[in-house]
Amino acid sequence: MHIAYFSERPYHPLDEELTIAQGIWGISNRHFDPAVGARLYNEYLDQAVLAEESGYDGIVLNEHHGLVTCMGAVANLEAAILARITKRCRIIMLGNLPTIVGNPLRLAEELAEIDLISGGRLVSGLVRGGGTEQLANNSNPAFNRECFEEAHEFIIKAWTTPGPFRYEGKHFHYRFVNPWVLPLQKPHPPIWVPGLVSPETVTWCAERSYPYVALSTYLEPTIDLWDLYCETAARKGYQAGPENFGYLQKVIVAETESEAREIAMLELQGGRAAAFAAIRPEFMFPPGYNSRQASGRMARQFRNPKGGPELFVRRGDYDVAEAKKIINSPEQLKILEDSYRLIVGTPESVIPKIRKILEVLRPGVFILRHSDGPLDHETRMRLIGLIGRRLLPALKEMGSELGLVSPFDRKPGSQRLSSPGKWQRVARADALAQL
Amino acid sequence: MNADSLIPSERQVLIDDVPLLLVEGGRGEPLLVLHDELGYPGWLTWNAQLAEDRRLIIPMAPGFGRSPGLDWLSSVRDLACFYGRLLREAGLDRVDVLGFSFGGWVAAEMAVNSPEQFARMMLVAPAGIKPPEGEILDLFLRSAPEYLRAGIYQPASCAEYLKLYGNPPAQPQIEQWEEARAQVARLAWSPYLHNPSLPSLMRGIRSVPTLLIWGERDAVVPVSAARRYRDSMPGAQVALLQECGHRPEIERTQDFVNIVRKFISS
Repeated sequence: MHIAYFSERPYHPLDEELTIAQGIWGISNRHFDPAVGARLYNEYLDQAVLAEESGYDGIVLNEHHGLVTCMGAVANLEAAILARITKRCRIIMLGNLPTIVGNPLRLAEELAEIDLISGGRLVSGLVRGGGTEQLANNSNPAFNRECFEEAHEFIIKAWTTPGPFRYEGKHFHYRFVNPWVLPLQKPHPPIWVPGLVSPETVTWCAERSYPYVALSTYLEPTIDLWDLYCETAARKGYQAGPENFGYLQKVIVAETESEAREIAMLELQGGRAAAFAAIRPEFMFPPGYNSRQASGRMARQFRNPKGGPELFVRRGDYDVAEAKKIINSPEQLKILEDSYRLIVGTPESVIPKIRKILEVLRPGVFILRHSDGPLDHETRMRLIGLIGRRLLPALKEMGSELGLVSPFDRKPGSQRLSSPGKWQRVARADALAQL
Repeated sequence: MNADSLIPSERQVLIDDVPLLLVEGGRGEPLLVLHDELGYPGWLTWNAQLAEDRRLIIPMAPGFGRSPGLDWLSSVRDLACFYGRLLREAGLDRVDVLGFSFGGWVAAEMAVNSPEQFARMMLVAPAGIKPPEGEILDLFLRSAPEYLRAGIYQPASCAEYLKLYGNPPAQPQIEQWEEARAQVARLAWSPYLHNPSLPSLMRGIRSVPTLLIWGERDAVVPVSAARRYRDSMPGAQVALLQECGHRPEIERTQDFVNIVRKFISS
């Protein structure tokens, strides 16, 4: 099992009531303090380096624009720096947004440079991006999916077809494709795709045997989508395995239960724990970005499949002060924990919970998401070290014991199937029943 | 003519194999009506009044939820060419046109392509030109109900607005708005709701008597754009309505109908 480190690199401090009132996207950038930003970028880079030294196999970076909970606007710059200052870790982009740069050739070149500087450690991840990314970059949301697919085909072609060649697509046109700099990894860096279990994306990945990384999604729908992946893989002639799947899980670990709980409470601040649901719907779903069905499905994705209480989500009129009280209540934390979206404890006490997830989903890639709260650098560093000493060794052993082969252990798509009808599930719904 | 012909009916025409839905109603000379960026809002008071002496022909633009989309359609000028073909194939020669907002822009593009298509042109707060002052309200940053509300200067006292949009919208209505918004994004995402070449090309339209109808309190397409339109078409008349927003046909129905009637009978 490949174990990767992830932090969304939140901007903080930020007036909590501002995000409660306006959501986590769209707040005026006059609230951004460059001095704070300068310090945070460097701290986050130092933390990533420590994550490598502490035993993580990979560092995950993501990209958002204008989202107060993520400073990775031009994540390739961070990746390029990490390519130089880390030694061993995979640098995993989850992911780049080819549609918003408007020029996928430029993206192909950037990624090739990162792959070269890192000595072939890049994992390229491509995403459609949320609705807000389209607005923030003036990328037409109505063409998002077709642009994404075309940009992907083009990037692969630019990496693998000797130039110069001409490219005339629907959205992209080039008269002289001949990037001098090409990736070190052949035929090209691995491509993983993160998502919130949209069936279209899962099918698209399975058809190309790209590992699919589910981002803290509820386990029940995730199992269904794993099955869809396996079924699609079988039609393509291969048996999917753990190497085709990744799962991202937020884990808050500290020396003591009480400290872990205190830090976990910070996750709730400003309503950020509701993630995309904490963004105004007209920003999240710009015109044509999703079909109505897909938007409805996405809304359901954030709803607890077991029913029960939900996180506070800004809907209609509400009182900010009242909302603040609800958001920062231990009940909200309990909702997150009960639904496995957040695991809190000491290194030893979180192990059984993580084991359950691994038994159910059997991912070959497991990404530990660290705190998104306003947590100071020293504490973050201390916790990364703690996880390295007392959690990662146990997780590695567990991965081996459960046979969770990573995409680096076994090439995704390499287990051929003699008959498409003979495919086997990777996820284990029966293990879920025991939860 | 019997009274039934005043009640609108729908029919499909095929252009190649692609169906296009037309709403038609009224009697008399044809009047082409081009709906706005949120699609056809239904047969309203003004429609019924104008239908007494005009046959209204209202195409449901491709991709707006009623007529299927065309995958090659990528600009408002494309749509204008497509409608030009509709007019030829429907035998509508030198027709009068009335276009609202986005539909006004479409009409202006049609006139630029081929002025002889139109006998008279009435543009109601048309998009299509970048206003010299202010900005065209962004349909893509707000919900359809919010956008509609911004289109009326005094929504609380506008009876037809309240009748149409005063209650929470039904699901089919929401879906139609979303289809319309997506299609406008495909056609006019950037530059937003205007075409930089339009003012220069409009100088070539000399033969079409044109009336611009605009609410002085338009919060969607600033009234400053009327000046730009006039500069491009020196012969155009401008009818400004006081205490009125982006939808004179709803907010000042009687004045609107009188202005249109007077112009088309001149």
